[in-house]
Amino acid sequence: MSEMAMHGAHPPGFKHQFEDMEQQREAGSLGMWVFLVTEIMFFGGLFATYIIYRTLYLTAFEEGSRLLNVKFGAANTAVLIGSSLTMALAIHAAQAGKKKSEQVMYLVLTMILGALFLFLKFNYEWRADYHEHLIPGFGFIIRPEWGAAGTHVPLYFCFYFFMTGLHAMHMIIGFGILGTLTVMAQRNRFNSEYYAPLEVSGLYWHFVDIVWIFLFPLLYLIGGRFALPGVH
Amino acid sequence: MPGQEIPAESRVNYLNASYGVKSWLLTTDHKRIALLYLGSITLMFFVGGFFAVMMRLHLIEPQGALVAPETYNKLFTMHGVIMVFFFLVPSIPATLGNFLVPMMIGARDLAFPRLNLLSWYIYIIGAAFTLYAVISGGVDTGWTFYTPYSSTFSHTSVIPTALGVFITGFSSILTGLNFVVTIHKMRAPGLTWFRLPLFIWAMYATSIIFILGTPVIAITLFLLGLERLLHIGIFDPAIGGDPILFQHMFWFYSHPAVYIMILPGMGVMSELITCFSRKRIFGYTFVAFSSLAIAIISFLVWGHHMFVTGQSIYAGLIFSVLSFLVAIPSAVKVFNWTATLYKGSISYDAPMLYALGFIGLFTMGGLTGLFLASLATDVHLSGTYFIVAHFHYIMVGGAVMAYLGGIHFWWPKITGRMYPDGWARFAALVIFVGFNLTFFPQFVLGYLGMPRRYAVYPGEFQVLNVMSSAGASILGIGYLIPLIYLLWSIRYGPIAGPNPWGAKGLEWETPSPPPTENFEEIPVVTQDAYDYANVGGSRV
Amino acid sequence: MMTGLMQTGFTDLAAAVATIPIHPTSASSIADSVDHLYYFLTAITLFFTFAIFATIFFFMVKFRRRSPDEQPADTTTHLALELTWTIVPTLITVVIFVWASSLYFENSRPPEAATEIFVVGKQWMWHIQHPEGPREINELHVPVNAPVKITMTSDDVIHDFYIPAFRVKKDAVPGRYTSLWFQATKIGTYHIFCAQYCGADHAEMIGWVYVMSPTDYAAWLSGGARNETMAQTGERLFTQLGCVTCHVADNTGRGPSLVGLYGKQEKLRNGDTKLVDEALIRQAIVTPNSIILPNYPPIMPTFQGQINEEQVLQLIAYVKSLGTEERKTNGK
Repeated sequence: MSEMAMHGAHPPGFKHQFEDMEQQREAGSLGMWVFLVTEIMFFGGLFATYIIYRTLYLTAFEEGSRLLNVKFGAANTAVLIGSSLTMALAIHAAQAGKKKSEQVMYLVLTMILGALFLFLKFNYEWRADYHEHLIPGFGFIIRPEWGAAGTHVPLYFCFYFFMTGLHAMHMIIGFGILGTLTVMAQRNRFNSEYYAPLEVSGLYWHFVDIVWIFLFPLLYLIGGRFALPGVH
Repeated sequence: MPGQEIPAESRVNYLNASYGVKSWLLTTDHKRIALLYLGSITLMFFVGGFFAVMMRLHLIEPQGALVAPETYNKLFTMHGVIMVFFFLVPSIPATLGNFLVPMMIGARDLAFPRLNLLSWYIYIIGAAFTLYAVISGGVDTGWTFYTPYSSTFSHTSVIPTALGVFITGFSSILTGLNFVVTIHKMRAPGLTWFRLPLFIWAMYATSIIFILGTPVIAITLFLLGLERLLHIGIFDPAIGGDPILFQHMFWFYSHPAVYIMILPGMGVMSELITCFSRKRIFGYTFVAFSSLAIAIISFLVWGHHMFVTGQSIYAGLIFSVLSFLVAIPSAVKVFNWTATLYKGSISYDAPMLYALGFIGLFTMGGLTGLFLASLATDVHLSGTYFIVAHFHYIMVGGAVMAYLGGIHFWWPKITGRMYPDGWARFAALVIFVGFNLTFFPQFVLGYLGMPRRYAVYPGEFQVLNVMSSAGASILGIGYLIPLIYLLWSIRYGPIAGPNPWGAKGLEWETPSPPPTENFEEIPVVTQDAYDYANVGGSRV
Repeated sequence: MMTGLMQTGFTDLAAAVATIPIHPTSASSIADSVDHLYYFLTAITLFFTFAIFATIFFFMVKFRRRSPDEQPADTTTHLALELTWTIVPTLITVVIFVWASSLYFENSRPPEAATEIFVVGKQWMWHIQHPEGPREINELHVPVNAPVKITMTSDDVIHDFYIPAFRVKKDAVPGRYTSLWFQATKIGTYHIFCAQYCGADHAEMIGWVYVMSPTDYAAWLSGGARNETMAQTGERLFTQLGCVTCHVADNTGRGPSLVGLYGKQEKLRNGDTKLVDEALIRQAIVTPNSIILPNYPPIMPTFQGQINEEQVLQLIAYVKSLGTEERKTNGK
């Protein structure tokens, strides 16, 4: 790649197919936005079916929702919002031409927060769910106290694990991207002229964050635990 | 004219710039990637075609002439999966689109060349999974993968196939993304949106469908695979899941996917008709916007695949009216192409014969779609051979005809060589005749009530089935002829020169085959597309 | 077969072509009206295909390239023409839409008087039950000139009940009831096909409809070894499965009485009001905990997996037989 990428006097990171750096930056940014549109459709299909089923089997979905651990969900929301902040700070550091150590610091901080999210999710939430037989396909047990709605509670948990699982998968991919960026930052690749990879990856990271901002109320909050008494 | 040109061999071009397997497998040149795709989809076309031939041979006799019903079910499933997901969807966009989008807009490459190579590898991995499914015993769900048959009842390799299609979806998404960004950001100076060749408009509309539709089928097949693996999932009636929901999600992509197959063909058509009649296209803006209209409306008509599932009458009415609506832009295109011929200077080179074949077959295919958008007649015709005939007229009569026309048109640009014109015209004729003989009887079979996907059938349907099978053998031969003479031409064909057809468009201003960087200097565009009235031919 | 065709003489071939079927039998009250629409669409298709072919052919000859460097005049755009060929096809499709939809609308409403027959699709056969009792497999006997409503479901995958001669078709979907209706107009025997791919023997999931004169049909109904109506079979099942111990007629049992329940609007514990129809009764049998009445504990066990779809239909027929009178007095 490198021999294709470097063209004599061009700035580092410049690709031969573009006319100038500005065009390259715009193309990269538009590319990521288009990719995010794809991602919206990807999650959108799941959200739409979730809402259809939730309307059909409201009681069952509320039963399921009550079994989630809102404390960890809320903590994770805070953790992710924090990681979006550090990501933005990393981009700002490059944009403002700050030292590479500062860029690296914010990137590593973002990774730590991302790891914390996954750790809380896997270790406290999903592990508990497994022990409580709430994972469909892995010894799910319908509890008598769900009564009427019991048959349909597994459906709620199918959605819960599909959606949070897919989200976690995106986090792990983001983790890989952040790792690459950290190495690049360490090698002094970014400066106030060239920081497109950071900016574009930032868009992705914020998107993953936003998906969670939708998932958290949809799965944990509405109806179930915080429903007004008597309102269904 | 040949002879005045420097022989292709002595000039550095994208084909001889470097040698060796590695120089191809690691290339980021859009033209080489186009050829990688061309090779792979041609292979898939003949694999899928082989299954089709087996099916038609089997159906010569009512009790089935060749294989057990289980095998027949696998034949039509693998024919459908391979032809739809691994040939038709990538056909024009990944080969001609990849080759031409940068050249037509005056760019050196697509915006993301490495992503482009990655999408080819993704395609290959997806195809490998699907071919593995074929070898490991095949799959028998039909290409539509309807639940609960696919999720619970089938005993075949559903997961590898669904995974293959799922993976290949990302190849489409990345190609679409690459095209959208390239068309938005990398047009040559002076090349405004309304100076773009209509092929580019078609590619743009197709890319929109790739981007918006493909993720939905990806998630649907992912959920299907998971449900099969874990024996529980959201389409499972046992826990309140709805198998019909799968159809909604499937067709939300797969109906627009039909337009993924035909829109690029329409784009090719506009290029061919204008060049071989030496005329500017009639009604440029109408043709351009009809592509976008089709792309958008195509997302709102999926329910017409489900009129007989018991969906509400009112939903049926809405989907029916929208389905009629999506037919209008297609009709507008056909009228505009016809009008373009008026007072033209029409020549009958091979690509033009394919183009005229396209108009005829696509018109038939489109009009028979009216029978299926009409609720009352759809009740009788859905699930019968009428459907099979209708979509083959669109996808084979339309899309494949246009694909072949496009290959013949740009072959001299791609390879620098001409093919024998007589053979090419002959092949176009054989394909046209073979195609009609194969699929016209199927309209009648469908109206008579013969359901599709039947391994055996009542005796009264035999005559029409035999006619169809006879046509299929002609069609099969028709497809083999171009394979032979095109391969022959790579080595023995006469040198083509940069612009053998006297065509307009930036791609024709480069040498054939073009150099790796396409243009030594990025051209400046001062004219509209298809400005054939401007005598002399050269731009600027 | 191929060589056989080639050996026949040309006249024989012409005669053979004339015998190729091109029109399906029409034997129901709606078949002709569907065919009329079909002919209209065929005419439209032929007209436009011919018009476009003819125009192209004419242009190809008239405007063929006469010399290699011929230079035609530039294209002139023509807005009026563009609008014409956008608006005219739109108007044609509006006509087709209105015609097709109103026909569909009429055809999808079964007449009040229709006899109901129950069909269960099962890999790979059709189980058919008449309310009067007779049960058949892959055969359906119906009287001529009387409306018949088919209510169907599936025991496994999605099937599709299709009678080409009647121009009717509907999916049989597991977990829900769908229906179609027809009125046969000609005595005779017609194909039943499964039109939704359902697995290995999909193509063998076929049968026959026998359309009989009213007297023949009455004779056929009263023939046969066991003469028990669907409701009676349902009642036997109701006792065998022990339903009767809770669902006591005078409402003194642990479950609600089912007398007069069918067709009523019932208020559930979660506040919803639901119409007691076939689908709701099925739901109550298969997933009883999803429908809880306010004054009864949720103690009914599920019968999912213990009885098949045909038996569910028999139980429904029984419940309906308890409710018919009540329904009449309540009015609509």
